[in-house]
Amino acid sequence: MSKSHIMPGFRPALGFTLLYLALIVLIPLSALLLKTLQLSMDQFWAILTSKRVLASFQISFGTSLLAALVAAILGFVIAWTLVRYTFPGKKVFDALIDLPFALPTAVAGIVLATIYEPKGWIGRWVMEAFGVQIAYKPLGIVVALIFIGLPFVVRTIEPVLQEFDSAMEEAAASLGANRWQAFCQVILPNILPAAITGFALAFARGVGEYGSVIFIAGNMPYVSEVVPLLIITKLEQYDYAGATAIGLTMLMLSFCLLLLINSLQWWVRRRSGQL
Amino acid sequence: MQAVSLNNRQQTQTALNDPDWVRIGLVSISVFVITLFLLLPLTTVLIEAFAKGWSAFAASLSQPDTLAAMRLTLLTAAISVPLTTAFGVSAAWTIARFEFRGKSLLVTLIDLPFSVSPVIAGLIYVLIFGAQGWLGPWLAEHDIKIIFAVPGIILATLFVTFPFVARELIPLMQEIGHEEEEAALSLGASGWQTFFKITLPNIKWGLLYGVLLCNARAMGEFGAVSVVSGHIRGLTNTLPLHVEVSYNEYDFVGAFAGASVLAGLAVLTLILKTLLEWQQQQQRKL
Repeated sequence: MSKSHIMPGFRPALGFTLLYLALIVLIPLSALLLKTLQLSMDQFWAILTSKRVLASFQISFGTSLLAALVAAILGFVIAWTLVRYTFPGKKVFDALIDLPFALPTAVAGIVLATIYEPKGWIGRWVMEAFGVQIAYKPLGIVVALIFIGLPFVVRTIEPVLQEFDSAMEEAAASLGANRWQAFCQVILPNILPAAITGFALAFARGVGEYGSVIFIAGNMPYVSEVVPLLIITKLEQYDYAGATAIGLTMLMLSFCLLLLINSLQWWVRRRSGQL
Repeated sequence: MQAVSLNNRQQTQTALNDPDWVRIGLVSISVFVITLFLLLPLTTVLIEAFAKGWSAFAASLSQPDTLAAMRLTLLTAAISVPLTTAFGVSAAWTIARFEFRGKSLLVTLIDLPFSVSPVIAGLIYVLIFGAQGWLGPWLAEHDIKIIFAVPGIILATLFVTFPFVARELIPLMQEIGHEEEEAALSLGASGWQTFFKITLPNIKWGLLYGVLLCNARAMGEFGAVSVVSGHIRGLTNTLPLHVEVSYNEYDFVGAFAGASVLAGLAVLTLILKTLLEWQQQQQRKL
């Protein structure tokens, strides 16, 4: 059964791992499912198709999609410059990329709201220049989610770009390709799976994001109320059935995303010959 | 002949290197985005925290409620980080050292909490331990408080930090292999001796890396903790929750003073993380 018969501790280590997994993750998550199963199909459906719930799903998925797209493009550029070029302060900028991972989301939330509100540093400028209000509008949610999503894209693309075999570029060049052709036909196809994975990670994180969003969103029902906030609102109104039904739906959707991300990563590894 | 090869090389060079305008353009975009999205928020925290001077900053940090929030944040991390670490080591030992059925399922399940919204992480514990939850009536009868109390906060933190140590250690231990451990065992070392003398020194930097990230998340978690905490001032507010409450009460100096402590922690985490990454690279080169 085990690869090396001499290695000790299989049973206790597996036992503790499974017990801890069950207690902290699996049993609590199954509570969500069991609680929802107490509802009839009609009740469940009625909760999900109520106008406010549908609107919040639309807002969450729409803003996350847009933010992940922007983060994917900006993240690609940043990863490219960090791997391929040298410029002063590069190490500091590189370390700063992980700030959204390390900074508590509540801190990110109040800071972004302060900067982008109509009287804030950037908010006022954008208001005067373009007449567009960022904070307390869906656009504010997008800004917060770009902040949250950026490191996912950069950190997924960076290693692939680093390991990218420049011999392929050299081959393309010696066969007469110019830089743009080499980029489009040799580099981009190799980086694209990683970029899509980064995009999917940023998207998945964005859909569930709460802390960094609620301060800048304005939280108007039907306009800028995201799904996680609606779950909390329902809980505070003691509408447990509503909260669990929405929660379970979100959980299922993120499982689908996780499945997609895993198969993407598997595909990337197979393409690069690691499997 | 020489001219041809020179010409060739020149062509190769132009196809391998980006033109200057592309280089300068892309670096400018990167620096602009990083400054706008990352550097500016970081400096804004400090500017807002000191907006009314040093004394206002110090006064709001030394308020009893703020101090209580800091203590609770430290307590939460002090309990959840060791537990998550113990789980991470145990999971890595199981997965990287043995073959068994369902192993890839186990790896997927360990990563699961990453893809669960923090709000749902809080919700599931409310469904079990809340007043209307499965164990709610029993807990009320025995006067045990979990939701809107410290145990709930710790449980929610355990959920969101769950994969942090394991996912660092599993690939690392797989990469290192088990030859050294087998050698120690065949020479008569006990399991624990092998772990402490062989495994632990080999994985220490990766382990520290995981613990560092786990600690940052434990101290900074907001969404999950917010659902189970009940926001009771001085009792169940962690520092991130205290920041939220102060902000919503328009106490901006108080909110940003708390935020600056958390931001300082984040910067410290980033510095240590960079050092650890450097250390790991050095070790790999040897």
